[in-house]
Amino acid sequence: MSIGLFYALVGGLLFALGVGGLILRPHLLSKILAFNILGSGAFLVLVGLGQRDGTPDPVPQAMVLTGIVVAVAATALALALARRLLDLSGDMVLPGEKAADEAEAGDQEAAPGDGPRGGA
Amino acid sequence: MSRWLGVSVVLLCTLLALALVGAMLVLPDAPVRLPGEVAQRLGESGVDHAVTAVLLNFRGYDTLLEVAVLLLALLGMLAAGVAPLRPAPFAADPLLVALARTLAPLMVLVAGYLLWAGAFRPGGAFQAGAVLAAAGVLLRLAGFLPAWNAPALHLRVLLAAGFALFLLVAAAGLYFGAMLRYPQPGAGALILAIETGLTLSLGLILAGLFLAGPETPRARGGA
Amino acid sequence: MMTMVFDPASWLILLPLAWATLAFVLGAGRGARLALVGLGAQALLALELARRVRDQGAHAHALGGWPAPLGIELAVDGLAVVMLLMTALVALPLGLYARAYFGAKPKGGAWFWPLSGFLIAALNALFLSADLFNLYVTLELLGLAAVGLTAAAGDRMAVAAALRYLLATLLGSGAYLFGVALIYGTYGTVSLAALAPLISAEPAVLLALALMVIGMLLKTALFPLHFWLPPAHGGAVSPVSALLSALVIKASFYLLLRLWFGVFEPVATVGAAQLIGILGAGAILWGSLLALLQTRLKMLVAYSTVAQVGYLFLVFPLATGVSPEAGVSAWQGGIMQALAHALAKAAMFAAAGAMIVATGRDEIVGLSGVGARLPLTLFTFALAGVTLMGLPPSGGFSAKWLLLMAALDSGQWWWIVVMMLGGLLSAAYVFKVLRQAFLPAPGGSAVGRAPRALELTALALALGGILLGLFGAQPLALLEAGGGR
Repeated sequence: MSIGLFYALVGGLLFALGVGGLILRPHLLSKILAFNILGSGAFLVLVGLGQRDGTPDPVPQAMVLTGIVVAVAATALALALARRLLDLSGDMVLPGEKAADEAEAGDQEAAPGDGPRGGA
Repeated sequence: MSRWLGVSVVLLCTLLALALVGAMLVLPDAPVRLPGEVAQRLGESGVDHAVTAVLLNFRGYDTLLEVAVLLLALLGMLAAGVAPLRPAPFAADPLLVALARTLAPLMVLVAGYLLWAGAFRPGGAFQAGAVLAAAGVLLRLAGFLPAWNAPALHLRVLLAAGFALFLLVAAAGLYFGAMLRYPQPGAGALILAIETGLTLSLGLILAGLFLAGPETPRARGGA
Repeated sequence: MMTMVFDPASWLILLPLAWATLAFVLGAGRGARLALVGLGAQALLALELARRVRDQGAHAHALGGWPAPLGIELAVDGLAVVMLLMTALVALPLGLYARAYFGAKPKGGAWFWPLSGFLIAALNALFLSADLFNLYVTLELLGLAAVGLTAAAGDRMAVAAALRYLLATLLGSGAYLFGVALIYGTYGTVSLAALAPLISAEPAVLLALALMVIGMLLKTALFPLHFWLPPAHGGAVSPVSALLSALVIKASFYLLLRLWFGVFEPVATVGAAQLIGILGAGAILWGSLLALLQTRLKMLVAYSTVAQVGYLFLVFPLATGVSPEAGVSAWQGGIMQALAHALAKAAMFAAAGAMIVATGRDEIVGLSGVGARLPLTLFTFALAGVTLMGLPPSGGFSAKWLLLMAALDSGQWWWIVVMMLGGLLSAAYVFKVLRQAFLPAPGGSAVGRAPRALELTALALALGGILLGLFGAQPLALLEAGGGR
C-alpha cells in the first residue's frame, strides 16, 4: 500500500467520523469541529488518492488549498453566528436539540462512526 | 426516539466508513494523469512552482471565486449584526505586549518572504495573508488594535482591493481571448501583482474575521 | 480575439461580482441603484446569450485559455441558458421590490445588496460551470451568501435558522466534495467533458454518486431532509425569503439534473430514481399538509416550497429508464416546474411581505381586512396560488401536464395520484389565506397601506408565472436547440 492510499483511507474514516459528529453532537462548537473533521477527510482523499502511484500531483494540492480557504471562511461564519446566538439566547445549542440528547448520544461513543468528545 | 436515531446514525456512519475504505482499496489506475501536462505547460504559466501555476493560472478561476467566499464570510458576519463595543475590553498581559512588539514586525517580514517565494517554492498569497492576519490577531490580543465595530470606508477599500484587482485582471483577459487569460510575456508580473493585492486583502479579511466578531456583552473567559 | 470582449457568459459572472464588491465598498445600506443597473444589464446579457444558443447551439469555452482537463471550462447549453434567464428575470423585479422594501423598513437590509450580488454571481457561475471541483466552490459561495442573507434579519430565531441552514448546507457540500475527491482519485480529472466517456460502475464511482446525490438532496431540502428550510425561508426578511425560495434551491436541483442525466447517466439506476421519486411524493404530501397547519403566513409559504420541491424530483422516476418520448416530456415538465415555481414563489413571498408591512404582523389571523385594503396584493397572492396549484393557463399547469403525460406514457399512474392530491392540498392552503383576508377587519385594528412599488413588482412576478403557461413553448424550444441533455 502506498502512503498516498493510506492517507486516503484515513480520510475516509475521518469523513465518516465527522458526518456522525455533525449530526449527533448538539453543542455548536462540536458541530463546527465535526465539519472541519469531515472536510479534512475529504481533503486527505483528494490529495492522497490523486497521488497513490507515488508521483506528486499539483492539481489536487491546489484544489485542497482552495478547499481549506473555503473551510476557513465557513468556519469563521459559523463561529460568528454561534457567538451571536450565544449573545441572543445564552446558549450554544440550536433550539430543539436539548442537552439531554448529548448524554444519550455520548453513550454510543465506542462505535467507530461516532464523533470524538470535543468542544463541549 | 432520539436514542434510536443516534444508534442508526452511528451504524450508517460505520457502514459508510467501511464502504469508503473498501471502494478505495479496489481502485484501478486513473486513465487521465494531469501532473505531466502541468509540467509540460509550466513554462507558459509565468511561475516556476507547479502548485502556484495551478492556483493562479490553470485553475485561477477557482481562486477568484474562493477570494469572494472569504469576503462573503466577513460580509455575513457584518450582516448578522455586531453587538455594541465596550471601550478597552481587557487589559493585556505585559509579557504578551512585549512579545507582540517583537513578533509583529518579524511576521510582516515573513509574510513578504512567503509572497515572494510563492513563484518558485511553497508559499504564496494565502500563506502570506495568513501570517499577516496572525500578526493582526496578536496585536489585537495585546491591545494595540481596536476591534472593528463596522469597517470604515478606507478599510472597506483595502478589504476589497485584492479581489477587485483580481476581478479586473479576469475581465481584461477577455481582450486576450478568454476570461482570466494572461498576455504571454507578462503573466509572471500579473500573477505577482494579483498575489500582492491578495496578500494585503486576505490578511485584512482573515484578521477581520477575528476582529469584527461580535463582542460578547457578558464577561467570559479572558474578558 | 476581440470577439470575446463582449462574451455574455463571462460577463454574467463578472458583472454581479463587480457590483457586489462596489456595493460593499459603498457601505451599509448603500448600493441599491448600482445593483439595479447591474440586474438590468444582467437581463440583457442573459437574453443575448439565449439568442446565441438558439442560433448557434451549445458551446464551451476554456477559462484562461487552458482547455480541460488542465483548466476549467464554462459550458453554455440550453439547460444552462434557461436557468440563467430564470435567475435574471426573477432577480430584476425582486431587486426593485427590495429597494422599495428596505426604503420603507430598513431593518435587516444593511448588507443586502453586496450579499445578494454575490448570491447571484454564485448562481450564474454554478449554472455555467463544467468542472466538478469548480462547482463545489460555486456551491459554497452560494451557501455562504444565502446564510448571510438569512442571518441579516438579526433576531434570535433568524440567527438560529441561519446556523441550522449553514450546518445543513456545509454537510451537503462536504458530501459533494468527498464525491469529487473519489472521482478525481478514480479518473484523474474533474472536467465533466473529460469524464463523460469514462464513467463506469466502479464501487468508488457509485459511492461518489450516492454522496453527491445525498448532498444535493439536503441542499434542495427534499423531504425528509427539509428540516432546515422552513425556519430559514420563513424567518428571513421578505425579499430574502423570495430569493432563497425562488432561486437558491433550484441551483442544487440543477446540479443534480446535470449529474444524473449527464455524466452519470450510465450508472444511474431505475431503483434509485424510484426512491428519489418516493421522497418527492412524501415532500408533496407532507409539505402541503404542514403548510395547511401553519398559523404564520411566511411559514405557510415556506412549507409550500417544501411541497413544490417534491414535484421537481418526480423527474427522476419519470425520466430514468423510460421511453424517449416519456423521458423528454418528464424532463421538460421538471424544468417548467422549476421556472413556474421560481416566478410564483417569488411573487408569493413578495405579496406576503407586502401584507406583513401593511398589517404589521406575520400571523394568518391578522390578515382580516387585507382584501379590502390591499386588493392588488391579494390578487397577486391568488395568481401565484393558481400557478402552485397547477391550474390553467399558468406555467404550473404546463409543468404538471407534462409530468402527467410522462407518467401516462411510462405507465407509472401512482405519481398521478400524488400530483392530484398535492394540487388539492395546495388549493386548501392558498384558500386558507384568501378566506382570512376577505373577512372584514375587526373593530379597532387598522390595516395600513403597502408601498405601491411592493405591490406592483409582486404582481409582475405573479403575471410572469401565468405568462409562462401561455408562452412556455419558448423556453422549451431553447432547451431543445441548446441540447439540454
